[in-house]
Amino acid sequence: MNNTHTGQAGKKLSLKEKYALMTRGLGWDTSYEPMDKVFDQLGLEGIRIHDWDKWEDPFRLTMDAYWKYQAEKERKLYAVLDAFQQNNGHLNISDARYVNTLKLFFTGITPAEYNAHRLFAMLGRQFPGPGAAIACQMQAVDELRHVQTQIHSISQYNKYFNGLHDHSVMNDRLWYLSVPKSFFEDAISSGPFEQIIAISFALEYLLTNLVFMPFMSGAAYNGDMATVTFGFSSQSDEARHMTLGLECIKFVLEQDPGNVEIIQRYLDKWFWRGYKVLGLVSMMLDYMLPRKVMSWKEAWEIYFVQNGGSLFNDLSRYGLRMPRHWEQSVAEAEHLSHQTWNSFYNFSDAAAFHVWLPSDEDMAWLSEKYPNTFDQHYRPRIEHYRRLQAEGKRYYNPSLPMLCQTCQIPLIFTEGDDPTRTSHRETEHEGEKYHFCSDGCQEVFEQQPDKYVSAWLPAHQILQGNCFAPDADPQAAGFQAEAEVMRYFHVNPGQDNMDYEGSQDEANWRLWKGLSPDGASKAPPAA
Amino acid sequence: MNPIQSTVFMALQTNDDTRPIIEALQRDNPAAVVHRLPAMVKIDAPGRLVLRRSTVEEILGTAWDLQAINLNLISLSGNVDETEDEMVLHWNR
Repeated sequence: MNNTHTGQAGKKLSLKEKYALMTRGLGWDTSYEPMDKVFDQLGLEGIRIHDWDKWEDPFRLTMDAYWKYQAEKERKLYAVLDAFQQNNGHLNISDARYVNTLKLFFTGITPAEYNAHRLFAMLGRQFPGPGAAIACQMQAVDELRHVQTQIHSISQYNKYFNGLHDHSVMNDRLWYLSVPKSFFEDAISSGPFEQIIAISFALEYLLTNLVFMPFMSGAAYNGDMATVTFGFSSQSDEARHMTLGLECIKFVLEQDPGNVEIIQRYLDKWFWRGYKVLGLVSMMLDYMLPRKVMSWKEAWEIYFVQNGGSLFNDLSRYGLRMPRHWEQSVAEAEHLSHQTWNSFYNFSDAAAFHVWLPSDEDMAWLSEKYPNTFDQHYRPRIEHYRRLQAEGKRYYNPSLPMLCQTCQIPLIFTEGDDPTRTSHRETEHEGEKYHFCSDGCQEVFEQQPDKYVSAWLPAHQILQGNCFAPDADPQAAGFQAEAEVMRYFHVNPGQDNMDYEGSQDEANWRLWKGLSPDGASKAPPAA
Repeated sequence: MNPIQSTVFMALQTNDDTRPIIEALQRDNPAAVVHRLPAMVKIDAPGRLVLRRSTVEEILGTAWDLQAINLNLISLSGNVDETEDEMVLHWNR
């Protein structure tokens, strides 16, 4: 933390001078080929940029400082990971149920970080301005670092808990993971400006706080030293990514008044797409953390309503408004986590993590946090499931759900003004019917139907027979379709999924922690 | 546009590196509110928050490079303006 070893003799450059020399000073115009042929995607979207030199990274981070600080972050992180492994840190978490949040994170979010790495590597190539290109290059390296450190951190858990053995295959194949996967694939197949608005602004600036702040603080609260360390190490890069997102949107809006309408359209779309992906985070906060830090509703209020509200107050000077349907996201905060967790409870025989019913204590917390909805709509359903379980009739949903053509989430949500009615929209396109979970998703489809008709919808693919291993033979006598789909997912039925109660994870945890089957603590074994 | 009071925030990891930073923020921004959460300290302020290198150095009793904030920063909001001497977060309206 001293500033004496910058390696320069004589006068030290100011931050602004150094930034100018080491970003813009590194750019050049091509001479063998015209610039518009080299940067050939820039004109596709109708966005007009007149002067790339107006782009400036407010952190004024140059490559030398970047490597210096990233190296220091890595040294800090790996020292903690060593300590975590050497001290059996996995035994210090609040409860083994907690590990299921990591299973979801590792299979859903870690591969998304890898897709973000690919996206920024390509974007850095597409922007002719060196300020923008260098910021994208740094972010491409950051995202790759996130993937690697997450795999490294979670590998300790993989030695002791089920369901963490194959995150990349699961991300490609497992039905609910098509939600974050298709989000990134939608972004990466867009034009360069849509990509950067989608990821840097809508995801990083508006929504990423919801993933990393309450969840990582929750990891700390649940004793997970490894996750809080990689989480905050990643997040220290996110602050820079968020700043890139805000800088980028201001830059594009200031360049040409005609850009405003296009940017607003991207914002409307990507806010809604991102919000839908975050449904998974809502149930992590409300149902999956054994020791809870804040409810989804509280988190949405702080990080979206207040923080996003301040942001859009500021951006209104460019003529930008809050994204469409944001009010609906606030109204739905009363329901989102309850409906999402309910679906995973119903389909947990086809997932790669364990579920459980909330305890009396958990339900008291949910009533307190959701006074308008929990006791009225969701407690009775949980009590019903409890009775069924007590009678040995644990309910699993045996059908394949109808999926939203845009966000790929099953149609599990209700109408904003009536929690007893399923929200279902339909659009006909070229003689085919398409289904949607919400007005927001329907509008996204209707803007670009030809893109979304080609969506890889897991339920459809299973029914078409595309989700079996190459050696499976659906024509063979006694072919077990469900078991074969699970084999294709690389999920071990019963071991990786279904109820936590009675699982191998639970039995191991009790053994390691010296707990008797009824949960009471036994005297520790003699040394 | 909407009735939200515009606040900016900075969130820092809870550790010894950030103690003087938080103290400096409190000293230079009397309206700032400090929330201490598990592993994380979030500092909210109405409209504007300034971090001054000189204040951190005074508390530390040694030289401090403002860019070292990158090591411990978790998140922030607002427009960022950074020089060698200060980092300002602000909303323009």
